[in-house]
Amino acid sequence: MPEGLAPAPRTGRPLADRLDLRLIAEMVEPRARVLDIGCGDGALLDILVHEKDVDGRGIELDMALVTAAVAHGLPVIHADADTDLAFYPDAAFDYVILSRTLQATERPREVLAQMLRIGRRAIVSFPNFGHWQVRLKLLLTGRMPRTKALDRAWYDTPNIHLCTISDFFALCEADGYRVERWLGVDEAGRKTPWRRNRWLANLFAEQGLFLLTRE
Amino acid sequence: MAETVRAPLATAGITHQRVVFPEGLALDCGVVLRPLVVAYRTYGRLNDAKSNAILVCHALTGDQYVAETHPVTGKPGWWTSMVGPGLPVDTDRFFVICANVLGGCMGSSGPREEMTDAEGRPQGRPWGMQFPPVTIRDMVRAQAKLLDHLGVPKLFSVIGGSMGGMQVLEWAALHPGRVFSAIPIATATHHSAQNIAFHEIGRQAINADPDFHGGEYWKHGVVPARGLAVARMTAHITYLSEEALTRKFGRRLRTGPMLTFSNDLFEVESYLQYQGSSFVQRFDANSYLSITRAMDYFDLAAEHGGSVAAAFRNTPVRFCVISFSSDWLFPTAMSREIVRALNAVAANVSFVEITSDKGHDAFLLDEPDLFRTVSGFLAGAAERWR
Repeated sequence: MPEGLAPAPRTGRPLADRLDLRLIAEMVEPRARVLDIGCGDGALLDILVHEKDVDGRGIELDMALVTAAVAHGLPVIHADADTDLAFYPDAAFDYVILSRTLQATERPREVLAQMLRIGRRAIVSFPNFGHWQVRLKLLLTGRMPRTKALDRAWYDTPNIHLCTISDFFALCEADGYRVERWLGVDEAGRKTPWRRNRWLANLFAEQGLFLLTRE
Repeated sequence: MAETVRAPLATAGITHQRVVFPEGLALDCGVVLRPLVVAYRTYGRLNDAKSNAILVCHALTGDQYVAETHPVTGKPGWWTSMVGPGLPVDTDRFFVICANVLGGCMGSSGPREEMTDAEGRPQGRPWGMQFPPVTIRDMVRAQAKLLDHLGVPKLFSVIGGSMGGMQVLEWAALHPGRVFSAIPIATATHHSAQNIAFHEIGRQAINADPDFHGGEYWKHGVVPARGLAVARMTAHITYLSEEALTRKFGRRLRTGPMLTFSNDLFEVESYLQYQGSSFVQRFDANSYLSITRAMDYFDLAAEHGGSVAAAFRNTPVRFCVISFSSDWLFPTAMSREIVRALNAVAANVSFVEITSDKGHDAFLLDEPDLFRTVSGFLAGAAERWR
C-alpha cells in the first residue's frame, strides 16, 4: 500500500448518535458480504468495513451523500432501491440491510422480496407507527402525527409507506419470511425492556429492527 | 527485448521518451505491427514493493504529457488539476505512467511514424492511411508491454476519462489480475450511434479538404488544416454543454456591440475557430481518423458474447465509475449501464454522478467533487491493497 494515504474524514453525524446502527452491526457476522441500501454517507458501512472486516457495499439515492461516502473510501453507488436491486444476482450477499428506509420506498413489499433474493439474510429497521405517542396524537388532535422520527408534514414527507411492528410481522408471515431476530428499540437505538413482547413493543418501541431469512 | 531510445519524431522535430519493442504487437485486425513503439512519461517513483503504480489513459486528443508543460504547445499538461504533488493522483505517493496511445501522433506507433514492412524494415515514408486499423484493446496491449518494460507487475489503479475510460474498462476486462482498482470517468462500454455520427462528420471534413490528398499530404508538404479544424470544432461542441456555451459566450459579438449584418463574428465562432486552428498545430489528421475509428469500434459487450457483465465475471477489480450531469456525449445513463453490469456480477463498485454544467469536458476541469471522489476512492482502495 502506498504510505501515508488516509481516507477523508467522514462528515456526517457522529456515530455516538446512531446506536441503532450499532445494533445492526452486532447482527452481522465478521467478514460477511454486505449490501447497505440507503446507506447515507456510509456511517454503518464504515463500522462494518473497519470493525468487522466485511466486504461492504452501499447504495444511496442522495448524490451529496454518495459523494461523501465515496470520498471517505467506501464503495457506494448512486442508485434507487425501488429499481436497481433487480440488477444484482441471487444470493450475492450474506446480509442486505435497509435501515430506516423501507417506509420511503415506492414498493416496500417488492424491495423486501429483492433483498431476500440477493441476500441470504435481510436486516430491516423502520419507525414504528404503532407507538403510543403516534396513536395518541392522531386520536387527540385529529391531525397526522409528527414525532422525532417522523418530523415532516404529510405533504412533504419522504415516508410514504408507514407501518407498525405488528404490520411488519404480518407481512413477513404473508410473504414467507422467517423472523430470525427482532428488537423494539427507542429513537436513540437503545434496546427497550418490552422487546420480548410483540404487543408491548408495538405500543412502546419507536423503531422495529428485524433480521429475516427466507423460509 | 525492448530498448529505450530517445528518437526524434519525424515530422515535429521533437524528442519523445519512447521504448521500442522489436518483436512488435499482434493487432486485433490480424496484422503484426513490427516494431511497436510506445512513447510515454512517468511521474513519481515506483516503490520497492511495486505497489504504487497508477496508469493514466488519455482521451482522443490527449497525449502522454499529463502533468508537465507540453513540448509542442508550451501549455500546461492536460490533467494538471488531477495529477501532481499533493493532488488526488499524488505523484509524491504514486508512480504515475501515461503512454501515448497506439495510433497517436506524439511518438507512439501511428500514422505519422515511419512505415515498416512485415519484418519491421523501415520503408522510407510515413504510414499515413496505410497504418493498420487499431482498437482500444490494441492500445491496452501496447500499454501492458510498456508496464512489463517498466517492471510494473500490477497497477494499483488505472484511471482515464472518455476514450481513456474505455481503455480503463478494457484494462479491467483484459487484465483483471493486473489491475487492483479502476476509475472509468465520463465513458461508456461502447460508442453510441450518436457518438459515431459526430465522429463521422469530423472524418468527412478531413476527407473533403483538398489538402488531404487521400491521406498522403506529406508528399505535398501540406496538412489538411481546414478539414482537421472543422473536425475539432464539431467535436468540441460535443464536449461542452449548452449551459457552458451560454455562460461563456452567450450571443456576444467579437466584432462590436451590435449586429451589423456584415462580417459579424460571434464570440462562440471565434472561440471555435481558435480551438480548430490551435489543434492542427499539434495533431495529425491521419491519427485523428485512426483513433476516432478505434473509439467507434469499441464495444465491450461484443467482445464478450454480447454481455458487458460477462466481461467482468468474478472480477477482483474495485471500480469507481464517475459521470457528469451535463455530459450529453457520454451521458450518465451510459455510466449507469456499466454500474448495472458490474452489479450483475456483484463487483465492488462505487458510482458518482457529479453535478456540473460543464458537459463532457468537466472531467478535465476544476471539479472539487471529482477530486474528492478520486482521492477518497484511492485512499479506500489503499486500505485494501493486496
